[in-house]
Amino acid sequence: MPRQVRAFVGFWYDFIVGDDWTVAVAVIAALALTYVVSTTSIPAWWILPAAIVILLPMSLWRVAHGSSGSSTDEK
Amino acid sequence: MDVGSGALFLAVFLACMVEAVEALTIVLAAGTSRDWRSAILGVVTGVLVLGLIVAAVGPALTTLPLGALRLVVGGLLLIFGLQWLRKAILRASGLKALHDERSIFRAEVTAASAAPAGRRTVVGDWYSFTLSFKGVLLEGLEVAFIALTFGANQRNIPLAAFAAVAAVVIVAVVGIVVRAPLARVPENSMKFVVGVMLTSFGVFWGAEGAGARWPGADAALLVVIPAVALFALVLVGLLRRTLGAGPTAADSVAGVSR
Repeated sequence: MPRQVRAFVGFWYDFIVGDDWTVAVAVIAALALTYVVSTTSIPAWWILPAAIVILLPMSLWRVAHGSSGSSTDEK
Repeated sequence: MDVGSGALFLAVFLACMVEAVEALTIVLAAGTSRDWRSAILGVVTGVLVLGLIVAAVGPALTTLPLGALRLVVGGLLLIFGLQWLRKAILRASGLKALHDERSIFRAEVTAASAAPAGRRTVVGDWYSFTLSFKGVLLEGLEVAFIALTFGANQRNIPLAAFAAVAAVVIVAVVGIVVRAPLARVPENSMKFVVGVMLTSFGVFWGAEGAGARWPGADAALLVVIPAVALFALVLVGLLRRTLGAGPTAADSVAGVSR
């Protein structure tokens, strides 16, 4: 991959996803689950809030225990 | 103004103000330590490039069907918002250094003073130009992303644009008057609020886009936003307790603890 393309993709990856890719993957999975459940008679609105309740502490726990969070960006 | 529009204005205004303060620090460092003319040229070029990006992406977003827009943009906003919120929680709990415009300004001035001088075409000092240009473009991209996603989802890009422009004008005017980094702006608290708003709207629109129906429709936001804020404050409190620090979570978020 040419350097400029790599830099461009890298910029947008850092911009949107940041330093914890597992959050992005889990959000996409939660959205997919919401879609699947919404096609049934079961309410689906609670899935994303539940995902946040699990995801956010896990992501913070990883930083607190030193396995992530070495990012220097200042968002 | 309804709940969605009020929240849209607040989120875009605060996000834009935070980013404008950060961009101002970079431009001030380039201007005061090197060359004001080149720094201002960098600002103008950065604003023009941002304007082109917004002009190209904005109308395209509004043509998308609302369901697809809310799914894609809601998902992106949620991923993006969780980044903001996570970092805001880490700052408030002491696991990440608080954003300090004065120290950033000093570091930028030191780096700018050490950089070699160089002229290119109409730009008297290339370093000042590129520093200002990158500062405005990168900080501005975040604002453009938030303003466009909020505006398109709420079908009210003019209100989002108004909020963004109002924040930039206020910061620019104060910056011109003060001629120093706006260190007294409560940036860390504002970032916390923006993180809460981005995450809340990401959850709301993402779920709607994926086909879920919220109890109470738009009124659900009145529950989602405070719930996300409360959850984030609880996490700050828990992290502070784990680290054995003294101040309360609310103090930390208000930026009065250090």
